[in-house]
Amino acid sequence: MAFEQLRSDKRAQVVLGLLTGIVFGFLLQKGGVTEYGVIIGQLLLTDFTVVEVMLTAVLVGMIGVYTMKAAGLVRLHYQEGSVGATVIGGLIFGAGFAVLGYCPGTAAGAVGAGALDAAIGMIGIALGAGIFARLYPHLSKSVLNRGRFPAGTIPELVGVRPGIVVIVVALLIIAILYLLAVFGF
Amino acid sequence: MTEWFMMASWSPYIVGAGIGVLIWTTFLLSDRPLGCSTAYAKTAGMVESAVSRKKSEAMPYYQKFTPTADWQWMIIIGVLMGAFLSAYLSGTFTLLIVPPVFAAAFGTDPVIRSLVALLGGILMGIGARWAGGCTSGHGISGTLQLSLASWVAAICFFAGGILVAGLIYGFTFI
Repeated sequence: MAFEQLRSDKRAQVVLGLLTGIVFGFLLQKGGVTEYGVIIGQLLLTDFTVVEVMLTAVLVGMIGVYTMKAAGLVRLHYQEGSVGATVIGGLIFGAGFAVLGYCPGTAAGAVGAGALDAAIGMIGIALGAGIFARLYPHLSKSVLNRGRFPAGTIPELVGVRPGIVVIVVALLIIAILYLLAVFGF
Repeated sequence: MTEWFMMASWSPYIVGAGIGVLIWTTFLLSDRPLGCSTAYAKTAGMVESAVSRKKSEAMPYYQKFTPTADWQWMIIIGVLMGAFLSAYLSGTFTLLIVPPVFAAAFGTDPVIRSLVALLGGILMGIGARWAGGCTSGHGISGTLQLSLASWVAAICFFAGGILVAGLIYGFTFI
């Protein structure tokens, strides 16, 4: 596979991580999604900026990543989920999302833009991650493995070639973005 | 070109497309999806390790996510710098503790907002690691790979978020 040398160069990867983060943070701030009011507005369904940014990123990212995969340039990196891990963890995350008003990435961006409450939120997230690390040995033997999902990806689940699913999901995302624009969100 | 970087905000479609292209580069150059919450687990591990190296090395979770300042950890430092750069260039950098929307509902006391932010952060940190990712790792990088777990996670993030935000601020959309 191409780029193997760069991918295994630890020092270069540290620099790439920093550069990737800088571009990501710049984009998040320009998109307004580092603002508490914009994130809460999304969760109160009065401002759809967060969903518009995410869906456009998924649309563009999906087409590019699957095209590069077909060309043999990249491999996928996804996890197998379960009801006990994905659903329960997702709902706990959602509660934290509404109480904090930032997410792990946008909290760092919000601090960069001057929001000091987001810095306290970041300390909280690290504390929460530490608490989870303590609970992990118990949780991994119990709830995290309950109700394993039957497939890793949507194409596997429905038994359709990935290319077809990419086209269907792309059309659905375009339709949702179009409707959001039409209804003035 | 420079005017563009000084604008206070960009269209969400431009920002989203930019993030999409950025993720092409992380797959191509780093063989990774873009995610943010792993960095927090690594930070927690660094603190544990500073207190007792032996104890942290014995913890299974930090064997899985080693507490090192690697690609994953640098992402968060970069996000902070990139957002500062963006806010500085557009002249929108403002120091605040209590965001206006919060202040309008719960007052301007910085102690109350700080405690709420800390509690929210703790819940978020537990939830992100429990679900195996956050809004970027699952919500964008995972869903774009058509990962089943990531689509379920993203739906749960928003379901939980909409429910709790409604409990805090009232369900304004009804």
